Amino acid sequence: MRADAPVLSLRGATKRFGGLVAVNEIDFDVAEHEVMGLIGPNGSGKSTTLNLISGALKPTSGTISLRGTPIGHLSAQEIARRGISRTFQLVRLLPSMTVLDNVRAGAVFGHRRRWGAEADAHAMKMLELVGLARRAHAHVGQLTYIDTKRVELARTLASDPKVLLLDEWLAGLNPTELTEGIALIRRLREEGRTIILVEHVMDAIRSLCDRCVVMSSGTKIAEGTPTEVLSDPEVIRAYLGDDDA
Amino acid sequence: MMTTTEYRNLAIGAALFILAACLPFVGGAYLLTIGVTIAMYTVLATSWALFSGPTHYISLATAAFFGLGTYTTGLGFEHLDYWLLVPLAAILGAALAAIVGVATLRLSGVYFVIFTLGLAELIRQLVTWGQNVSGQKGLYVLTDLTEVHIYWQLLVLAALVYLTGWLIGRSRLGFALRIIGDDEEVARHSGINTARAKVLLFMVSGAAAAATGAILAPRYIYIEPALAFTPMLSFQVVIMALLGGTGRLWGPVVGVIPFTFLWEAISASFPNQTTLLLGLCFLAIVFILPKGFVGLLTTIRTRMNAREAFS
Ligand SMILES: Nc1ncnc2c1ncn2[C@@H]1O[C@H](COP(=O)(O)OP(=O)(O)OP(=O)(O)O)[C@@H](O)[C@H]1O
Ligand SMILES: [Mg+2]
Repeated sequence: MRADAPVLSLRGATKRFGGLVAVNEIDFDVAEHEVMGLIGPNGSGKSTTLNLISGALKPTSGTISLRGTPIGHLSAQEIARRGISRTFQLVRLLPSMTVLDNVRAGAVFGHRRRWGAEADAHAMKMLELVGLARRAHAHVGQLTYIDTKRVELARTLASDPKVLLLDEWLAGLNPTELTEGIALIRRLREEGRTIILVEHVMDAIRSLCDRCVVMSSGTKIAEGTPTEVLSDPEVIRAYLGDDDA
Repeated sequence: MMTTTEYRNLAIGAALFILAACLPFVGGAYLLTIGVTIAMYTVLATSWALFSGPTHYISLATAAFFGLGTYTTGLGFEHLDYWLLVPLAAILGAALAAIVGVATLRLSGVYFVIFTLGLAELIRQLVTWGQNVSGQKGLYVLTDLTEVHIYWQLLVLAALVYLTGWLIGRSRLGFALRIIGDDEEVARHSGINTARAKVLLFMVSGAAAAATGAILAPRYIYIEPALAFTPMLSFQVVIMALLGGTGRLWGPVVGVIPFTFLWEAISASFPNQTTLLLGLCFLAIVFILPKGFVGLLTTIRTRMNAREAFS
Protein backbone atom coordinates (compact mmCIF):
# COMPACT_ATOMS: atom_id res chain seq x y z
CA MET A 1 0.00 0.00 0.00
CA ARG A 2 1.31 3.44 -0.88
CA ALA A 3 2.08 5.80 1.95
CA ASP A 4 -0.38 8.39 0.68
CA ALA A 5 -3.19 5.92 0.11
CA PRO A 6 -6.39 7.32 1.66
CA VAL A 7 -7.40 6.17 5.12
CA LEU A 8 -11.06 6.33 4.22
CA SER A 9 -12.69 6.36 0.82
CA LEU A 10 -16.26 6.45 -0.39
CA ARG A 11 -17.17 5.40 -3.93
CA GLY A 12 -20.71 5.83 -5.16
CA ALA A 13 -22.02 5.71 -1.60
CA THR A 14 -25.80 5.94 -1.75
CA LYS A 15 -28.57 5.82 0.84
CA ARG A 16 -32.23 5.77 -0.01
CA PHE A 17 -35.09 6.18 2.45
CA GLY A 18 -38.01 4.92 0.40
CA GLY A 19 -38.29 7.42 -2.45
CA LEU A 20 -35.86 9.92 -0.91
CA VAL A 21 -32.22 9.66 -1.93
CA ALA A 22 -30.55 11.15 1.15
CA VAL A 23 -27.03 10.37 -0.08
CA ASN A 24 -26.54 10.12 -3.80
CA GLU A 25 -23.42 8.51 -5.33
CA ILE A 26 -20.95 10.27 -3.07
CA ASP A 27 -17.21 9.87 -3.76
CA PHE A 28 -14.43 11.24 -1.61
CA ASP A 29 -11.18 10.27 0.06
CA VAL A 30 -9.73 11.28 3.38
CA ALA A 31 -5.94 11.15 3.74
CA GLU A 32 -4.10 10.41 6.94
CA HIS A 33 -3.72 13.45 9.27
CA GLU A 34 -6.25 15.34 7.19
CA VAL A 35 -9.16 17.36 8.56
CA MET A 36 -11.93 17.22 6.01
CA GLY A 37 -14.97 19.40 6.28
CA LEU A 38 -18.30 17.99 5.15
CA ILE A 39 -20.61 20.92 4.65
CA GLY A 40 -23.91 21.75 3.05
CA PRO A 41 -27.33 23.19 3.82
CA ASN A 42 -29.73 21.54 6.27
CA GLY A 43 -31.02 18.20 5.13
CA SER A 44 -28.33 17.82 2.47
CA GLY A 45 -27.29 14.39 3.74
CA LYS A 46 -24.22 15.12 5.92
CA SER A 47 -25.35 13.20 8.97
CA THR A 48 -26.59 10.37 6.80
CA THR A 49 -23.14 10.17 5.21
CA LEU A 50 -21.56 9.92 8.67
CA ASN A 51 -24.15 7.27 9.58
CA LEU A 52 -23.07 5.24 6.56
CA ILE A 53 -19.40 5.51 7.51
CA SER A 54 -19.96 4.65 11.19
CA GLY A 55 -22.24 1.73 10.38
CA ALA A 56 -25.34 3.27 11.99
CA LEU A 57 -26.93 2.77 8.56
CA LYS A 58 -26.06 0.38 5.76
CA PRO A 59 -25.46 1.94 2.34
CA THR A 60 -28.06 1.10 -0.30
CA SER A 61 -25.18 0.84 -2.77
CA GLY A 62 -21.58 1.90 -3.23
CA THR A 63 -18.47 1.08 -1.25
CA ILE A 64 -16.87 2.55 1.83
CA SER A 65 -13.36 1.39 2.64
CA LEU A 66 -11.00 1.86 5.53
CA ARG A 67 -7.38 1.57 4.33
CA GLY A 68 -8.56 -0.33 1.27
CA THR A 69 -10.76 -2.83 3.15
CA PRO A 70 -14.50 -2.55 2.46
CA ILE A 71 -16.47 -1.84 5.64
CA GLY A 72 -19.88 -0.93 4.21
CA HIS A 73 -21.40 -4.29 5.14
CA LEU A 74 -20.06 -4.32 8.72
CA SER A 75 -22.03 -3.53 11.87
CA ALA A 76 -21.40 -0.36 13.88
CA GLN A 77 -19.53 -2.27 16.57
CA GLU A 78 -17.16 -3.88 14.08
CA ILE A 79 -16.50 -0.53 12.44
CA ALA A 80 -15.84 1.05 15.84
CA ARG A 81 -13.34 -1.68 16.62
CA ARG A 82 -11.57 -1.10 13.35
CA GLY A 83 -10.99 2.47 14.40
CA ILE A 84 -13.79 4.75 13.28
CA SER A 85 -15.30 6.67 16.15
CA ARG A 86 -17.98 9.33 16.15
CA THR A 87 -19.94 11.92 18.05
CA PHE A 88 -23.67 12.42 17.45
CA GLN A 89 -25.39 15.55 16.21
CA LEU A 90 -27.63 15.36 19.29
CA VAL A 91 -25.18 14.58 22.10
CA ARG A 92 -25.54 11.04 23.41
CA LEU A 93 -24.15 10.35 26.86
CA LEU A 94 -24.67 7.45 29.23
CA PRO A 95 -27.11 9.12 31.65
CA SER A 96 -26.69 6.82 34.65
CA MET A 97 -22.93 7.14 34.77
CA THR A 98 -20.24 9.54 35.86
CA VAL A 99 -18.16 11.56 33.43
CA LEU A 100 -15.23 9.18 33.90
CA ASP A 101 -17.33 6.07 33.23
CA ASN A 102 -18.70 7.64 30.06
CA VAL A 103 -15.16 8.09 28.81
CA ARG A 104 -14.09 4.64 30.03
CA ALA A 105 -16.71 3.19 27.67
CA GLY A 106 -14.53 4.35 24.79
CA ALA A 107 -11.29 3.24 26.44
CA VAL A 108 -12.57 -0.25 27.28
CA PHE A 109 -14.34 -1.29 24.10
CA GLY A 110 -12.92 0.78 21.27
CA HIS A 111 -10.25 0.27 18.67
CA ARG A 112 -7.64 -0.29 21.35
CA ARG A 113 -9.10 -2.20 24.25
CA ARG A 114 -7.99 -1.55 27.79
CA TRP A 115 -9.18 -2.63 31.21
CA GLY A 116 -8.74 -1.83 34.89
CA ALA A 117 -6.21 0.79 35.94
CA GLU A 118 -4.98 1.23 32.38
CA ALA A 119 -8.47 2.12 31.14
CA ASP A 120 -9.00 4.52 34.06
CA ALA A 121 -5.70 6.27 33.43
CA HIS A 122 -6.39 6.54 29.73
CA ALA A 123 -9.91 7.88 30.26
CA MET A 124 -8.50 10.42 32.69
CA LYS A 125 -5.91 11.49 30.11
CA MET A 126 -8.66 12.05 27.55
CA LEU A 127 -10.59 14.15 30.08
CA GLU A 128 -7.49 16.26 30.59
CA LEU A 129 -7.19 16.66 26.84
CA VAL A 130 -10.71 18.07 26.56
CA GLY A 131 -10.28 20.11 29.73
CA LEU A 132 -12.73 18.26 31.95
CA ALA A 133 -10.49 16.34 34.35
CA ARG A 134 -11.78 18.21 37.40
CA ARG A 135 -15.34 17.02 36.64
CA ALA A 136 -14.35 13.35 36.30
CA HIS A 137 -16.54 12.16 39.15
CA ALA A 138 -19.49 14.41 38.43
CA HIS A 139 -22.70 12.88 37.20
CA VAL A 140 -23.33 13.71 33.54
CA GLY A 141 -26.71 15.22 34.48
CA GLN A 142 -24.91 18.06 36.25
CA LEU A 143 -22.92 19.25 33.25
CA THR A 144 -23.31 22.35 31.12
CA TYR A 145 -24.03 21.88 27.43
CA ILE A 146 -20.45 22.37 26.24
CA ASP A 147 -19.21 20.00 28.92
CA THR A 148 -21.56 17.26 27.69
CA LYS A 149 -20.02 17.79 24.27
CA ARG A 150 -16.56 17.52 25.79
CA VAL A 151 -17.48 14.22 27.44
CA GLU A 152 -18.72 12.80 24.18
CA LEU A 153 -15.55 13.93 22.41
CA ALA A 154 -13.39 12.41 25.14
CA ARG A 155 -15.29 9.12 24.82
CA THR A 156 -14.66 8.91 21.09
CA LEU A 157 -10.99 9.90 21.54
CA ALA A 158 -10.52 7.28 24.26
CA SER A 159 -10.86 4.49 21.72
CA ASP A 160 -7.73 5.67 19.86
CA PRO A 161 -9.64 6.06 16.61
CA LYS A 162 -7.94 6.16 13.23
CA VAL A 163 -10.74 8.32 11.91
CA LEU A 164 -12.84 10.69 13.98
CA LEU A 165 -16.30 11.72 12.79
CA LEU A 166 -17.61 14.90 14.41
CA ASP A 167 -21.23 15.76 13.61
CA GLU A 168 -21.74 19.48 14.30
CA TRP A 169 -19.66 19.30 17.43
CA LEU A 170 -19.53 23.11 17.57
CA ALA A 171 -23.27 23.67 17.09
CA GLY A 172 -25.20 25.36 19.87
CA LEU A 173 -22.18 26.84 21.66
CA ASN A 174 -22.15 30.47 22.76
CA PRO A 175 -19.36 32.74 21.40
CA THR A 176 -16.94 32.11 24.29
CA GLU A 177 -17.54 28.38 24.19
CA LEU A 178 -17.13 28.41 20.43
CA THR A 179 -13.65 29.91 20.74
CA GLU A 180 -12.74 27.18 23.27
CA GLY A 181 -14.29 24.53 21.05
CA ILE A 182 -12.38 25.61 17.96
CA ALA A 183 -9.14 25.70 19.97
CA LEU A 184 -9.81 22.16 21.16
CA ILE A 185 -10.36 20.80 17.67
CA ARG A 186 -7.28 22.67 16.49
CA ARG A 187 -5.30 20.82 19.14
CA LEU A 188 -6.63 17.49 17.79
CA ARG A 189 -5.60 18.63 14.32
CA GLU A 190 -2.11 19.43 15.53
CA GLU A 191 -1.88 15.96 17.07
CA GLY A 192 -2.21 14.69 13.52
CA ARG A 193 -5.61 13.06 13.84
CA THR A 194 -7.72 12.21 10.82
CA ILE A 195 -11.07 13.93 11.14
CA ILE A 196 -14.27 14.41 9.18
CA LEU A 197 -15.91 17.54 10.45
CA VAL A 198 -19.57 18.22 9.68
CA GLU A 199 -20.06 21.90 10.41
CA HIS A 200 -22.19 24.96 9.76
CA VAL A 201 -19.84 27.39 11.51
CA MET A 202 -17.94 29.05 8.67
CA ASP A 203 -15.10 30.42 10.84
CA ALA A 204 -14.42 26.93 12.09
CA ILE A 205 -14.46 25.49 8.59
CA ARG A 206 -12.01 28.12 7.33
CA SER A 207 -9.59 27.77 10.19
CA LEU A 208 -9.71 24.01 10.76
CA CYS A 209 -10.24 22.19 7.46
CA ASP A 210 -7.62 21.23 4.93
CA ARG A 211 -10.27 20.40 2.41
CA CYS A 212 -14.03 20.45 2.13
CA VAL A 213 -16.68 18.39 0.41
CA VAL A 214 -19.93 20.27 -0.15
CA MET A 215 -23.22 18.41 -0.34
CA SER A 216 -26.58 19.61 -1.53
CA SER A 217 -29.71 17.45 -1.67
CA GLY A 218 -27.63 14.32 -1.21
CA THR A 219 -25.18 15.07 -4.01
CA LYS A 220 -21.58 16.27 -3.87
CA ILE A 221 -21.51 19.67 -5.59
CA ALA A 222 -17.98 20.82 -4.83
CA GLU A 223 -14.67 19.73 -3.34
CA GLY A 224 -11.52 21.71 -2.58
CA THR A 225 -9.90 23.99 -0.03
CA PRO A 226 -12.32 25.97 2.16
CA THR A 227 -11.54 29.19 0.28
CA GLU A 228 -12.17 27.52 -3.07
CA VAL A 229 -15.47 25.87 -2.21
CA LEU A 230 -16.86 28.83 -0.28
CA SER A 231 -16.39 31.08 -3.30
CA ASP A 232 -17.83 28.51 -5.72
CA PRO A 233 -21.01 29.98 -7.27
CA GLU A 234 -22.85 26.66 -7.07
CA VAL A 235 -22.07 26.37 -3.36
CA ILE A 236 -23.22 29.95 -2.74
CA ARG A 237 -26.43 29.21 -4.63
CA ALA A 238 -27.03 26.04 -2.60
CA TYR A 239 -26.60 27.92 0.67
CA LEU A 240 -28.56 31.02 -0.32
CA GLY A 241 -31.40 28.87 -1.58
CA ASP A 242 -31.71 27.51 1.94
CA ASP A 243 -33.36 29.62 4.64
CA ASP A 244 -31.29 28.23 7.49
CA ALA A 245 -27.90 28.92 5.95
CA MET B 1 -7.71 -5.44 43.12
CA MET B 2 -10.49 -5.68 45.70
CA THR B 3 -11.42 -2.70 47.81
CA THR B 4 -12.21 -2.83 51.51
CA THR B 5 -15.92 -2.31 50.85
CA GLU B 6 -15.90 -5.29 48.53
CA TYR B 7 -14.24 -7.46 51.18
CA ARG B 8 -16.79 -6.24 53.69
CA ASN B 9 -19.72 -6.99 51.37
CA LEU B 10 -18.33 -10.43 50.62
CA ALA B 11 -17.99 -11.14 54.35
CA ILE B 12 -21.54 -9.93 55.04
CA GLY B 13 -22.84 -12.07 52.19
CA ALA B 14 -21.03 -15.18 53.43
CA ALA B 15 -22.30 -14.62 56.99
CA LEU B 16 -25.89 -14.28 55.77
CA PHE B 17 -25.60 -17.51 53.84
CA ILE B 18 -24.28 -19.40 56.84
CA LEU B 19 -27.16 -18.00 58.90
CA ALA B 20 -29.67 -19.03 56.25
CA ALA B 21 -28.14 -22.50 56.10
CA CYS B 22 -28.83 -22.94 59.82
CA LEU B 23 -32.59 -22.41 59.40
CA PRO B 24 -33.43 -26.16 59.33
CA PHE B 25 -31.83 -26.59 62.77
CA VAL B 26 -33.76 -23.82 64.45
CA GLY B 27 -37.05 -23.44 62.58
CA GLY B 28 -39.94 -25.86 62.34
CA ALA B 29 -41.44 -27.49 59.25
CA TYR B 30 -43.49 -24.42 58.38
CA LEU B 31 -40.49 -22.09 58.47
CA LEU B 32 -38.53 -24.51 56.32
CA THR B 33 -41.31 -24.53 53.71
CA ILE B 34 -41.23 -20.73 53.64
CA GLY B 35 -37.44 -20.93 53.48
CA VAL B 36 -37.58 -23.14 50.39
CA THR B 37 -40.01 -20.75 48.71
CA ILE B 38 -37.85 -17.74 49.53
CA ALA B 39 -34.66 -19.47 48.36
CA MET B 40 -36.38 -20.51 45.14
CA TYR B 41 -37.66 -17.02 44.34
CA THR B 42 -34.36 -15.48 45.37
CA VAL B 43 -32.55 -17.52 42.74
CA LEU B 44 -35.21 -16.85 40.12
CA ALA B 45 -35.62 -13.12 40.77
CA THR B 46 -31.91 -12.41 41.20
CA SER B 47 -30.92 -14.24 38.04
CA TRP B 48 -33.83 -12.62 36.20
CA ALA B 49 -32.57 -9.20 37.29
CA LEU B 50 -29.01 -9.98 36.18
CA PHE B 51 -30.35 -9.91 32.64
CA SER B 52 -33.35 -7.61 32.84
CA GLY B 53 -31.89 -5.05 35.24
CA PRO B 54 -29.23 -3.63 32.95
CA THR B 55 -30.88 -4.39 29.60
CA HIS B 56 -34.46 -3.37 30.55
CA TYR B 57 -35.78 -6.34 28.60
CA ILE B 58 -38.69 -7.83 30.54
CA SER B 59 -38.48 -11.59 30.18
CA LEU B 60 -41.56 -13.70 30.92
CA ALA B 61 -39.69 -16.89 30.04
CA THR B 62 -38.87 -17.93 33.61
CA ALA B 63 -41.62 -20.56 33.55
CA ALA B 64 -40.23 -22.01 30.32
CA PHE B 65 -36.78 -22.53 31.82
CA PHE B 66 -38.15 -23.64 35.17
CA GLY B 67 -40.42 -26.20 33.51
CA LEU B 68 -37.56 -27.42 31.35
CA GLY B 69 -35.61 -28.02 34.55
CA THR B 70 -38.40 -29.90 36.34
CA TYR B 71 -38.90 -32.12 33.31
CA THR B 72 -35.16 -32.76 33.09
CA THR B 73 -35.33 -34.21 36.59
CA GLY B 74 -38.70 -35.85 35.96
CA LEU B 75 -37.57 -37.67 32.86
CA GLY B 76 -33.96 -38.24 33.87
CA PHE B 77 -33.92 -39.27 37.53
CA GLU B 78 -34.45 -42.96 36.81
CA HIS B 79 -31.72 -43.04 34.16
CA LEU B 80 -29.04 -40.64 35.37
CA ASP B 81 -27.25 -39.99 38.61
CA TYR B 82 -29.27 -37.34 40.47
CA TRP B 83 -26.24 -35.06 40.86
CA LEU B 84 -25.88 -34.84 37.10
CA LEU B 85 -29.45 -33.67 36.58
CA VAL B 86 -29.11 -30.16 37.96
CA PRO B 87 -26.03 -29.27 35.87
CA LEU B 88 -27.70 -30.91 32.87
CA ALA B 89 -30.82 -28.80 33.39
CA ALA B 90 -28.63 -25.69 33.63
CA ILE B 91 -26.95 -26.56 30.33
CA LEU B 92 -30.31 -27.18 28.65
CA GLY B 93 -31.65 -23.92 30.08
CA ALA B 94 -28.63 -22.01 28.80
CA ALA B 95 -28.99 -23.64 25.37
CA LEU B 96 -32.69 -22.78 25.15
CA ALA B 97 -31.90 -19.21 26.24
CA ALA B 98 -29.19 -18.97 23.59
CA ILE B 99 -31.57 -20.05 20.84
CA VAL B 100 -34.36 -17.76 22.04
CA GLY B 101 -31.90 -14.93 22.62
CA VAL B 102 -30.33 -15.11 19.18
CA ALA B 103 -33.79 -15.20 17.62
CA THR B 104 -35.43 -12.45 19.65
CA LEU B 105 -32.98 -10.07 21.31
CA ARG B 106 -32.74 -8.10 18.12
CA LEU B 107 -36.43 -7.36 18.53
CA SER B 108 -37.50 -4.32 20.43
CA GLY B 109 -38.62 -4.70 24.04
CA VAL B 110 -42.35 -5.22 23.51
CA TYR B 111 -41.93 -8.04 21.02
CA PHE B 112 -39.45 -9.69 23.32
CA VAL B 113 -41.93 -9.69 26.25
CA ILE B 114 -44.64 -11.26 24.15
CA PHE B 115 -42.33 -13.80 22.61
CA THR B 116 -41.03 -14.96 25.98
CA LEU B 117 -44.56 -15.30 27.36
CA GLY B 118 -45.53 -17.28 24.27
CA LEU B 119 -42.49 -19.49 24.63
CA ALA B 120 -43.56 -20.92 27.99
CA GLU B 121 -47.04 -21.57 26.62
CA LEU B 122 -45.62 -23.18 23.48
CA ILE B 123 -43.41 -25.55 25.44
CA ARG B 124 -46.26 -26.37 27.80
CA GLN B 125 -48.50 -27.24 24.85
CA LEU B 126 -45.73 -29.35 23.31
CA VAL B 127 -45.20 -31.29 26.53
CA THR B 128 -48.94 -31.78 26.97
CA TRP B 129 -49.20 -33.02 23.42
CA GLY B 130 -46.23 -35.35 23.95
CA GLN B 131 -47.85 -36.77 27.05
CA ASN B 132 -51.16 -37.27 25.29
CA VAL B 133 -49.39 -39.17 22.54
CA SER B 134 -47.53 -41.36 24.99
CA GLY B 135 -50.67 -41.78 27.10
CA GLN B 136 -49.23 -40.35 30.33
CA LYS B 137 -50.77 -37.50 32.26
CA GLY B 138 -47.83 -36.49 34.39
CA LEU B 139 -44.61 -37.79 35.86
CA TYR B 140 -43.87 -39.14 39.31
CA VAL B 141 -40.58 -37.95 40.76
CA LEU B 142 -39.96 -40.24 43.68
CA THR B 143 -36.66 -39.68 45.44
CA ASP B 144 -35.49 -39.89 49.02
CA LEU B 145 -34.61 -36.19 49.04
CA THR B 146 -36.19 -34.24 51.87
CA GLU B 147 -37.19 -30.61 52.13
CA VAL B 148 -33.90 -29.85 53.93
CA HIS B 149 -31.82 -31.22 51.03
CA ILE B 150 -33.80 -29.15 48.57
CA TYR B 151 -33.37 -26.07 50.74
CA TRP B 152 -29.60 -26.47 50.95
CA GLN B 153 -29.28 -27.12 47.25
CA LEU B 154 -31.22 -23.93 46.54
CA LEU B 155 -28.96 -22.02 48.90
CA VAL B 156 -25.86 -23.25 47.08
CA LEU B 157 -27.46 -22.28 43.78
CA ALA B 158 -28.32 -18.85 45.19
CA ALA B 159 -24.71 -18.41 46.31
CA LEU B 160 -23.55 -19.33 42.80
CA VAL B 161 -25.97 -16.82 41.26
CA TYR B 162 -24.72 -14.05 43.57
CA LEU B 163 -21.11 -14.94 42.85
CA THR B 164 -21.75 -14.94 39.11
CA GLY B 165 -23.56 -11.62 39.35
CA TRP B 166 -20.75 -10.12 41.38
CA LEU B 167 -18.10 -11.34 38.94
CA ILE B 168 -20.09 -10.08 35.96
CA GLY B 169 -20.49 -6.72 37.68
CA ARG B 170 -16.72 -6.40 37.89
CA SER B 171 -16.08 -7.58 34.36
CA ARG B 172 -16.08 -5.96 30.95
CA LEU B 173 -19.32 -7.82 30.26
CA GLY B 174 -20.98 -6.10 33.21
CA PHE B 175 -19.74 -2.70 32.08
CA ALA B 176 -20.93 -3.45 28.55
CA LEU B 177 -24.41 -4.27 29.88
CA ARG B 178 -24.62 -1.03 31.84
CA ILE B 179 -23.73 0.86 28.69
CA ILE B 180 -26.31 -1.09 26.67
CA GLY B 181 -28.93 -0.29 29.31
CA ASP B 182 -28.11 3.41 29.09
CA ASP B 183 -27.94 3.75 25.31
CA GLU B 184 -27.69 0.84 22.94
CA GLU B 185 -26.69 3.06 20.04
CA VAL B 186 -23.74 4.41 22.01
CA ALA B 187 -22.85 0.86 23.03
CA ARG B 188 -22.70 -0.28 19.43
CA HIS B 189 -20.70 2.74 18.36
CA SER B 190 -18.26 2.16 21.19
CA GLY B 191 -17.46 -1.26 19.78
CA ILE B 192 -19.62 -3.45 22.03
CA ASN B 193 -21.09 -6.59 20.56
CA THR B 194 -24.50 -5.86 22.03
CA ALA B 195 -26.23 -9.00 20.77
CA ARG B 196 -23.58 -11.26 22.29
CA ALA B 197 -23.62 -9.49 25.65
CA LYS B 198 -27.40 -9.76 25.90
CA VAL B 199 -27.51 -13.40 24.84
CA LEU B 200 -24.79 -14.32 27.36
CA LEU B 201 -26.72 -12.77 30.24
CA PHE B 202 -29.98 -14.30 29.10
CA MET B 203 -28.19 -17.67 29.13
CA VAL B 204 -27.09 -17.12 32.72
CA SER B 205 -30.66 -16.40 33.82
CA GLY B 206 -32.02 -19.31 31.76
CA ALA B 207 -29.49 -21.70 33.30
CA ALA B 208 -30.30 -20.57 36.84
CA ALA B 209 -34.08 -20.91 36.34
CA ALA B 210 -33.72 -24.38 34.80
CA ALA B 211 -31.46 -25.51 37.65
CA THR B 212 -34.07 -24.24 40.14
CA GLY B 213 -36.75 -26.28 38.40
CA ALA B 214 -34.54 -29.36 38.46
CA ILE B 215 -33.90 -28.97 42.20
CA LEU B 216 -37.58 -28.46 43.02
CA ALA B 217 -38.98 -31.35 40.96
CA PRO B 218 -38.63 -33.91 43.80
CA ARG B 219 -40.62 -31.59 46.06
CA TYR B 220 -43.62 -31.69 43.75
CA ILE B 221 -43.50 -35.51 43.58
CA TYR B 222 -45.99 -35.44 40.72
CA ILE B 223 -45.27 -33.02 37.88
CA GLU B 224 -47.52 -32.05 35.04
CA PRO B 225 -47.23 -29.30 32.40
CA ALA B 226 -49.76 -26.96 34.00
CA LEU B 227 -47.71 -26.94 37.19
CA ALA B 228 -44.21 -26.89 35.73
CA PHE B 229 -44.85 -24.23 33.11
CA THR B 230 -47.32 -22.02 34.95
CA PRO B 231 -47.12 -18.43 33.59
CA MET B 232 -47.96 -17.24 37.12
CA LEU B 233 -44.37 -18.07 38.07
CA SER B 234 -42.93 -15.75 35.42
CA PHE B 235 -45.13 -12.88 36.59
CA GLN B 236 -44.36 -13.44 40.25
CA VAL B 237 -40.64 -13.35 39.55
CA VAL B 238 -40.95 -10.07 37.67
CA ILE B 239 -43.04 -8.53 40.45
CA MET B 240 -40.65 -9.59 43.19
CA ALA B 241 -37.58 -8.39 41.31
CA LEU B 242 -39.21 -5.03 40.56
CA LEU B 243 -40.44 -4.67 44.12
CA GLY B 244 -36.90 -5.11 45.42
CA GLY B 245 -35.25 -3.19 42.64
CA THR B 246 -32.99 -4.39 39.87
CA GLY B 247 -30.31 -1.75 40.25
CA ARG B 248 -28.36 -3.76 42.80
CA LEU B 249 -27.45 -7.40 43.18
CA TRP B 250 -29.15 -7.56 46.57
CA GLY B 251 -32.26 -5.77 45.31
CA PRO B 252 -34.47 -8.70 44.27
CA VAL B 253 -34.16 -10.58 47.58
CA VAL B 254 -35.45 -7.48 49.37
CA GLY B 255 -38.59 -7.89 47.26
CA VAL B 256 -38.76 -11.67 47.53
CA ILE B 257 -38.98 -11.88 51.32
CA PRO B 258 -41.96 -9.55 51.96
CA PHE B 259 -43.73 -10.71 48.83
CA THR B 260 -43.47 -14.37 49.86
CA PHE B 261 -45.19 -13.63 53.16
CA LEU B 262 -47.77 -11.43 51.47
CA TRP B 263 -48.44 -14.15 48.94
CA GLU B 264 -48.79 -16.80 51.66
CA ALA B 265 -51.45 -14.61 53.27
CA ILE B 266 -53.24 -13.94 50.00
CA SER B 267 -53.29 -17.59 48.94
CA ALA B 268 -54.62 -18.62 52.36
CA SER B 269 -57.35 -15.97 52.57
CA PHE B 270 -58.41 -15.55 48.92
CA PRO B 271 -57.47 -18.78 47.15
CA ASN B 272 -59.77 -18.01 44.21
CA GLN B 273 -58.65 -14.45 43.53
CA THR B 274 -54.89 -14.96 43.36
CA THR B 275 -54.51 -13.90 39.72
CA LEU B 276 -56.51 -10.74 40.28
CA LEU B 277 -54.52 -9.85 43.38
CA LEU B 278 -51.26 -10.57 41.57
CA GLY B 279 -52.29 -8.04 38.94
CA LEU B 280 -53.14 -5.49 41.63
CA CYS B 281 -49.75 -6.03 43.29
CA PHE B 282 -48.09 -5.44 39.95
CA LEU B 283 -49.94 -2.16 39.39
CA ALA B 284 -49.25 -1.03 42.94
CA ILE B 285 -45.53 -1.63 42.56
CA VAL B 286 -45.27 0.07 39.21
CA PHE B 287 -47.13 3.16 40.50
CA ILE B 288 -45.84 3.43 44.04
CA LEU B 289 -42.33 1.99 43.84
CA PRO B 290 -41.25 2.11 40.19
CA LYS B 291 -37.62 1.57 41.13
CA GLY B 292 -38.29 -0.82 43.99
CA PHE B 293 -36.90 -0.65 47.51
CA VAL B 294 -33.42 -0.03 46.11
CA GLY B 295 -34.67 3.07 44.31
CA LEU B 296 -36.55 4.26 47.41
CA LEU B 297 -33.38 3.95 49.46
CA THR B 298 -31.37 5.90 46.89
CA THR B 299 -34.00 8.66 46.86
CA ILE B 300 -34.02 8.91 50.65
CA ARG B 301 -30.23 9.00 50.75
CA THR B 302 -30.07 11.74 48.10
CA ARG B 303 -32.67 13.77 50.00
CA MET B 304 -30.78 13.43 53.25
CA ASN B 305 -27.56 14.51 51.57
CA ALA B 306 -29.36 17.47 50.06
CA ARG B 307 -30.74 18.46 53.46
CA GLU B 308 -27.27 18.25 54.98
CA ALA B 309 -25.96 20.41 52.18
CA PHE B 310 -28.50 23.13 53.03
CA SER B 311 -28.21 23.06 56.81
N1 LIG C 1 -33.69 7.50 9.24
C1 LIG C 1 -34.22 8.28 8.27
N2 LIG C 1 -35.37 7.92 7.66
C2 LIG C 1 -35.90 8.70 6.69
N3 LIG C 1 -35.37 9.83 6.24
C3 LIG C 1 -34.22 10.24 6.80
C4 LIG C 1 -33.58 9.49 7.85
N4 LIG C 1 -32.45 10.14 8.22
C5 LIG C 1 -32.39 11.24 7.46
N5 LIG C 1 -33.43 11.31 6.61
C6 LIG C 1 -33.66 12.36 5.59
O1 LIG C 1 -32.51 12.43 4.79
C7 LIG C 1 -32.21 13.77 4.45
C8 LIG C 1 -30.80 14.10 4.88
O2 LIG C 1 -30.77 14.17 6.29
P1 LIG C 1 -29.41 14.40 7.12
O3 LIG C 1 -29.76 14.28 8.55
O4 LIG C 1 -28.36 13.53 6.60
O5 LIG C 1 -29.09 15.92 6.77
P2 LIG C 1 -27.95 16.85 7.33
O6 LIG C 1 -27.17 17.32 6.16
O7 LIG C 1 -27.21 16.20 8.42
O8 LIG C 1 -28.80 18.06 7.89
P3 LIG C 1 -28.58 18.99 9.18
O9 LIG C 1 -27.61 20.04 8.79
O10 LIG C 1 -29.94 19.57 9.43
O11 LIG C 1 -28.10 18.12 10.26
C9 LIG C 1 -33.27 14.63 5.12
O12 LIG C 1 -34.27 14.91 4.17
C10 LIG C 1 -33.81 13.75 6.22
O13 LIG C 1 -35.15 14.05 6.47
MG1 LIG D 1 -27.00 16.49 10.42
